[in-house]
Amino acid sequence: MDSDLELFSDGYVAFVKEDCPTCLLIEPVLSRFADSGQLNAIFSQDNKDFPALDITIDDSDLRISFQHGIDTVPSLLKFEDGVEVGRIVGWLKSEWEDFSGIPDLCSESFQDFSPGCGSLSVSPDLLPALEKKYGSGLGSRLVEFAAAEDEVEKMFELGWSDGLPLVPPTSKRVLRMLQGTSRSSDEILAPVPPNLVDLSIEKIAINAVMAGCKPEYLPIVISALEAVCTDEFNMHGLLATTMPVGPVLFVNGPIRHEVGMNSGMNLLGQGNRANSTIGRAVQLTIRNVGGGKPGGVDRATHGSPAKVGLCFAEDEEGSPWPSYSQSQGFSPSQNTVTVFPGEGPRLIVDQLSRSPDELARSLALGLLSNCHPKIVLGMDAILVISPEHAARFADAGWSKEDLNRAIIEHSIRSTDELIRGANGIAEGLPEDFAGIELPKFRPDGGLIIVFGGGGAGLFSTSIAGWLSGDKGSKYTTKEILK
Amino acid sequence: MTIKVLDPTSEVTKETVASPARLQTLDGSSIGLLDISKPRGNVFLDALEELLVEAGADVKRFIKPTFTKPAPVDLRHEIASQCDAVIEALAD
Repeated sequence: MDSDLELFSDGYVAFVKEDCPTCLLIEPVLSRFADSGQLNAIFSQDNKDFPALDITIDDSDLRISFQHGIDTVPSLLKFEDGVEVGRIVGWLKSEWEDFSGIPDLCSESFQDFSPGCGSLSVSPDLLPALEKKYGSGLGSRLVEFAAAEDEVEKMFELGWSDGLPLVPPTSKRVLRMLQGTSRSSDEILAPVPPNLVDLSIEKIAINAVMAGCKPEYLPIVISALEAVCTDEFNMHGLLATTMPVGPVLFVNGPIRHEVGMNSGMNLLGQGNRANSTIGRAVQLTIRNVGGGKPGGVDRATHGSPAKVGLCFAEDEEGSPWPSYSQSQGFSPSQNTVTVFPGEGPRLIVDQLSRSPDELARSLALGLLSNCHPKIVLGMDAILVISPEHAARFADAGWSKEDLNRAIIEHSIRSTDELIRGANGIAEGLPEDFAGIELPKFRPDGGLIIVFGGGGAGLFSTSIAGWLSGDKGSKYTTKEILK
Repeated sequence: MTIKVLDPTSEVTKETVASPARLQTLDGSSIGLLDISKPRGNVFLDALEELLVEAGADVKRFIKPTFTKPAPVDLRHEIASQCDAVIEALAD
């Protein structure tokens, strides 16, 4: 027998380890069985010389044991025409004699029964490495739930969930998820906050499965996490702050259509799988790999439903203006994801303005209430402008930059109205800011305008930011690499 | 039929760090006061410094570059190597 194939063609093979009393017990049985010529091989897991027979094969790397799903030693497997037709485990004299077809495998006085031991190939310490080397290629620990356990309930109990049910991340699902990226599953993307643990593509894929993602969403999730896991984005700060902020994502480029994202009606709401699960996968990864959990490093006073995960797409085709990513120097064929440290969305109503200047003033007034009307600068914002609002500007020949400039200009207020105590309100700017004029947002990137939403509705939506710049968080745009 | 799933966590176990011995006296101890750079944290720390000096402590003041990020590793090392104890101030 000089190849694995012949060993497993016709006849029997046994799996043993010396560290198993039952295996030691049946050593004479194995010897007798070997003499019969029907036992092709004995795979020994811990000592290549046990039992001391010609047919003993060293399986100390556990490859054969793992590949044959051996969970108990001794195991005896029977093959016919290359197919396994049965197996028995442990030692029961009558069972071995029936299964082998040899009625006198041992003496009449030989012990009748002895239970087997656990196979080394299912040892919890060794299994992940074996799975990676000989199995799925995945290196994560396998967690087994008993048949009587509800796996969805168990995942809640293990603390893996954001409060909603999770899709069980079986090896099959995770391998399918990994088909969505050309990156290697063991590539380390970045240290993930707050615990700054190395984040592998495999761990992202596992969390993406749990979030409900399809494989084609995975590159978006990976690129978003690459942007989030930087000192500049400061995810640690977003968690630790008492403010209700998280990574808000929006996507540009052809991938929006390829994965079926919603950039139209209800784009910030429920009902679209990609929108709902991409942001969730990012947050689950931060929770499970980074260790950022509410009540732990996450100290939000109220939090926000947006922290489950907020992701949407820009309606580039419907927009009268170049897309956000184009304004950042990307081409229309490039896919990008922008990550922004933001709160949940809030509506700004204006159903009466007909001129662009009126509407710009109105939107500026609406945006003034981000955080607090008497607190200005220091926090950026996203304005998701609806088709009906955008048309007021586009019809009058305004560019997106014209609109951005006008909103910031119309947000300028005398600081005498904004300082502490002004208008009978203690909150506000420190007194030494009195006597000047300041806008709500910094002119160099303090306001992001993104086009999207349903065709009807004279509304736009504000997404308020968190502390911007070096002292807080810098939003950023990343190209999505498949 | 059992179901096996892959662990979504980091699988990193935290090392247990033993707490240092409690200070027996403030007198002659080196006490660090860490300002997290949030408004009015210094007001609280100034008051604490006065009390600690009265009790005979040697007070050293430190400041984080920003309250939104963890203290840089060099600053943590500086505090650990120079102080017997540290008080980190909150603010607002």
